[in-house]
Amino acid sequence: MTATTDTDKSVFRLSMLIYDTRYRSLTIQAVALILFMLGVAWLLNNAAENLAALGKPLSFGFLTHPAGYDINQRLVEYTSQSTHARAALVGILNTLLVAVLGCITATLIGVTVGVLRLSKNWIVARLMTVYIEGFRNVPVLLWIVLFMAIFIETFPQPRDFRGADATASMYLGESVALTNRGFYIPKPVFYDGSWIVIAVFVVSLIGMWSFARMARKKQEATGQILPVMWVNLAIFVIPSVLVYFVMGKPIGLDMPVLKGFNFAGGFYMRNSLIALWLALSLYTAAFIAEAVRSGIQAVSHGQTEAAFALGIRPGRTMSLIILPQALRVIIPPLISQYLNLTKNSSLAIAVGYMDITGTLGGITLNQTGREMESLLMLMACYLTISLTVSAIMNWYNESIKLKER
Amino acid sequence: MTNTSYVRTEMLPEKAPPLAQAGAVKWMRENLFSSIPNAILTLLALFFLYKALAGTLPWIFQSSMTADSLGGCRDAIKAAYGEDASGACWAVIRERYHQLLFGFYPSELYWRPILAFVLMLVAIAPVLYDTLPRRILWLTAVYPFLAFWLLWGGSVWLPISIILGFVIGGLAAVYLSNLLGTLGSTLAAILLPILWWMLLAGVFADAMQSILPIGIESVESAMFGGFMLSVTIGITGIALSLPIGIFLALGRQSNLLIIRSLCIGFIEFIRGVPLITLLFVASTLLNYFLPPGTNFDIILRVMIMVTLFASAYMAEVIRGGLAALPKGQYEAADALGLDYWKSMRLIIMPQALKIAIPSIVSNFIGLFKDTTLVSIIGLLDPIGLSNAIRADSNWNGIVWELYGFIALMFWVVCFSMSRYSMYLERKLQTGHS
Amino acid sequence: MRSDAGILPESASYHRSIGDCVLDLMVRNCPNLRALGISMRGTKTILAFGPKSSRKGTDHQEEVKMKKSVFLGALTVAGLAAGLASAGTMDDVKAKGFLQCGVSTGLVGFAAPDANGEWDGFDVSVCRAIAAAVLGDAKAVKFTPTTGKTRFTALASGEVDVLARNTTWTFSRDVDLKFTFIGVNYYDGQGFMVPKALGVASAKDLDGATVCIQTGTTTELNLADYFRANNIKYEPVPIETNAEAQQQYLAGACDVYTTDASGLAATRATFENPGDHVLLPEIISKEPLGPLVRHGDDQWADLVKWTLNALISAEELGVTSANLAEMSKAPGNNPEINRLLGTEGDLGSMLGLDKAWAARAIAAGGNYGEIFARNIGEATSIGLARGLNAQWANGGLIYSPPFR
Repeated sequence: MTATTDTDKSVFRLSMLIYDTRYRSLTIQAVALILFMLGVAWLLNNAAENLAALGKPLSFGFLTHPAGYDINQRLVEYTSQSTHARAALVGILNTLLVAVLGCITATLIGVTVGVLRLSKNWIVARLMTVYIEGFRNVPVLLWIVLFMAIFIETFPQPRDFRGADATASMYLGESVALTNRGFYIPKPVFYDGSWIVIAVFVVSLIGMWSFARMARKKQEATGQILPVMWVNLAIFVIPSVLVYFVMGKPIGLDMPVLKGFNFAGGFYMRNSLIALWLALSLYTAAFIAEAVRSGIQAVSHGQTEAAFALGIRPGRTMSLIILPQALRVIIPPLISQYLNLTKNSSLAIAVGYMDITGTLGGITLNQTGREMESLLMLMACYLTISLTVSAIMNWYNESIKLKER
Repeated sequence: MTNTSYVRTEMLPEKAPPLAQAGAVKWMRENLFSSIPNAILTLLALFFLYKALAGTLPWIFQSSMTADSLGGCRDAIKAAYGEDASGACWAVIRERYHQLLFGFYPSELYWRPILAFVLMLVAIAPVLYDTLPRRILWLTAVYPFLAFWLLWGGSVWLPISIILGFVIGGLAAVYLSNLLGTLGSTLAAILLPILWWMLLAGVFADAMQSILPIGIESVESAMFGGFMLSVTIGITGIALSLPIGIFLALGRQSNLLIIRSLCIGFIEFIRGVPLITLLFVASTLLNYFLPPGTNFDIILRVMIMVTLFASAYMAEVIRGGLAALPKGQYEAADALGLDYWKSMRLIIMPQALKIAIPSIVSNFIGLFKDTTLVSIIGLLDPIGLSNAIRADSNWNGIVWELYGFIALMFWVVCFSMSRYSMYLERKLQTGHS
Repeated sequence: MRSDAGILPESASYHRSIGDCVLDLMVRNCPNLRALGISMRGTKTILAFGPKSSRKGTDHQEEVKMKKSVFLGALTVAGLAAGLASAGTMDDVKAKGFLQCGVSTGLVGFAAPDANGEWDGFDVSVCRAIAAAVLGDAKAVKFTPTTGKTRFTALASGEVDVLARNTTWTFSRDVDLKFTFIGVNYYDGQGFMVPKALGVASAKDLDGATVCIQTGTTTELNLADYFRANNIKYEPVPIETNAEAQQQYLAGACDVYTTDASGLAATRATFENPGDHVLLPEIISKEPLGPLVRHGDDQWADLVKWTLNALISAEELGVTSANLAEMSKAPGNNPEINRLLGTEGDLGSMLGLDKAWAARAIAAGGNYGEIFARNIGEATSIGLARGLNAQWANGGLIYSPPFR
């Protein structure tokens, strides 16, 4: 190798681009960048050429055309005359709905199962193991399809509620109907004056929060534990209920009633939503349970013993000593499980739940034949959701991280 | 003075513990009914178990294995167990299990995928168990080509001439370094194989085929299906994603800004979108990005996208392995005067990969399960085949038996792999602490 | 399909180099890669070390491509410059030795694989007839199962040569998506099926009903239009496959199942108690189903079109698989039969085939009537009546232009 180590700034030879370590990294990066750009250009060039040959230049104009199809579950106003863009919006909201619901239940189930798996009760611990291993090792698509099949085969159809010899009946005083088309539950109806009740309710929520804060401060200052739960329960219930009756019951319930082919009125949770929601939660919960278990086991046993030595009861030991410490281990895998759940919700089309994959990436794509545009938008949507979720969760993770001093 | 008898001189025989403190009763008291909430939990669990088993067991066993259609099944079950009995129709599994396992692969050639599968177990054994003779590693190196040849068939000379390209590259790297210097030999090791594959390998394979025609019946990938398809896609994805993942992980840790951003961009993009959208790309868009008229068949396109998908996850797993290495290892490698690639190859990667093996296995389990998504784009994996089977008028309307069988197969494979990865984890833990 | 089976021919003069195979993905003569399914349709690949390349096309295109080639100069070092030179699909099919045919992933009576993996059905028979006409072997077909989403891309990208997947012939598919529908092999319409117990006599009584729809088709658009026009409210349940839709319908998770009337009849036929379900009288759309090919290859479109017409004409003229051998031996009394079977004149050469092409197509699975009867006719479990799909002379719409 030539001696290029004598660094004379005035002399620059081309070979230094390769042999001089100061320049070599620049050379490598430049070459990598050029190769990358060439590759991308080649792909884009091919795409442009192919699309031109097919006579479908890239255009998002189809988004403003009427979609022409109906969507059953819509969180915003939508008819078959709305645009494809509107249909995509309906889909995004449906995706978010099932993702949020799924994350909440998956966390609840996952933490419970993870704790129960370490239970001293032999049969319960075994059952939880069976549940975790059973769910983790079978594809989630299969679970979704199976849950839908179980759902529609187990629950009675609306027809069975009809007539004198009905084989099925509603629950909770004729207010809840569980059918294989979904669950019908009462929906609150707001009359005049209902805003006062709501306002009181909000105020009592704020009251609960400030009482909890006060109790905490007092505990930190004096060590005295106030009965936060009972007081808060009282604050939660009493003022709202009082005002509700004082105002003359301004909030009523819209009960589902069997009418024609289906139940009418009330709040309708479709079978596809429930099946997807349950399948995703139970599948993801199995993973979360494993994360929780390993998080708990990562907390040194001495912590438990120390807590017991202080006379803290087992339940409080878990919630005050173990879980907060385990949380630091649990949060990172939890983030990726939330992301997985959100991404897995794209399998909704298997049960006909109209999420973004079902509307934009499904019917819209089929009807317009605009694969390139639809899929690009679809990926952009998921990417945005994923990056946002991971940004929020990472921020939360930072905030609970052990601050080393 | 004879001894008074109020001092006992021998031990009394042990008495049996009270009934409640021994055997099954003690175990139950300790493990099932140690407190009231525990007792309630136990009773609830037992009730749940009873309900679940009472619901499924009769269905599983009141079944028909022999009928040749769903109607036949129903009749057979009614005849055997009474008018209103209902049970499983396992006959559909009996008739179609080979399809669920192998898809449309010619039945007289089933030995080939089976052999490929067995050889795979042999080939990965030395990677997973370090007590085995090192010579088997040669099989590991050759295995991908062997498997390709066994599964797709055709002339043996094509895989051989491709292997030769790697051999040429390796020889160039070793023997040309004196002649051309490190950089020159590296370039030669990259360029020579490419030239070989592009210009000479075909001629070589041609010539050898005409001199010594060795080949087996070729099978198109359109005939792949069932679990064989899942396994092929899964294994290809993991195997190909390993090298890509290593480079992505190194790139992500590199201090070269552009390379790092490219790698991060790729990894985060792939991890941010669901696999199903990538499969949609494979089924509808990939051809647009290739020169006009080029056409891969769908299974190959799916393999490409699955590999890209897996490499992003693989990169993260390997990055975890790299992060788990103590910093001293990097510093020691630097102190020995090794350059970047040498220190990576000789010091860092062997340890990082070893740490990462359990995660790679669980990555594989995830990928294997995710291969079921290909049914959504119309490939005939087990779930896709279950739809095709239900389209046969004999079996129209059958649900649980197919899903149950598929779920069971997946469960057995994934569960045994996850057990194995747990065992590995334990083994590695004791080795390192 | 086992069309490409067999040990490699010894004289396999496949290619100058694997580079050609691997990088240029040119596979016509490279069986290993063809087994992998890589192919390059109608293209000629040039090993070029610069922007110089020979292409057919107008001067303008030439210029554009030249620019792109310059732009891609670095890549041509790798010998990678693909040029377009459109060879016909028919030549491709002949060179490949098999026909690639897009079918559905499984639809009772129309396309489904049996226990041995052999595809069978009404749509499948059309593909087999084409393969028989072009290649002389009804088994030389490679079936690609496609979903509602992937079918058009598969055809547009050249993955399949012909799409026979009960696809409705519509304006936008023909004009905007750039396909050529070569005829109709089944006249269908969208109908409704309801359980008898519901007591519904007309689709207009369906206000508030839950409707199962098979997605990815024109069905959901027709449904939305029809119910909007009649001012009826409904709850759509979109479902991917017929099997799942059937399951939901039978469990009562929807009141009505709507798809093509043929599909409804086929589905109903497989129920445990078919008599408990009725098809409503309303047919809310026209669904002419037929095979389609890409725009712009008229020779191939003609061939597919006339293969279908040959099957139809054969039924009209009384040529069946039973009497075919005898009839094609020597010219008979009917000149049109003679022309069809190639015993008189030479229509085949106009298509670029031999004289006996139509005879082979008919021999593959019989004439249109036989195919219908065997796969979906009244004698099968599906039990469809000919109805609109009877020959024109019997009051149906099936009508072939004359062979002259």
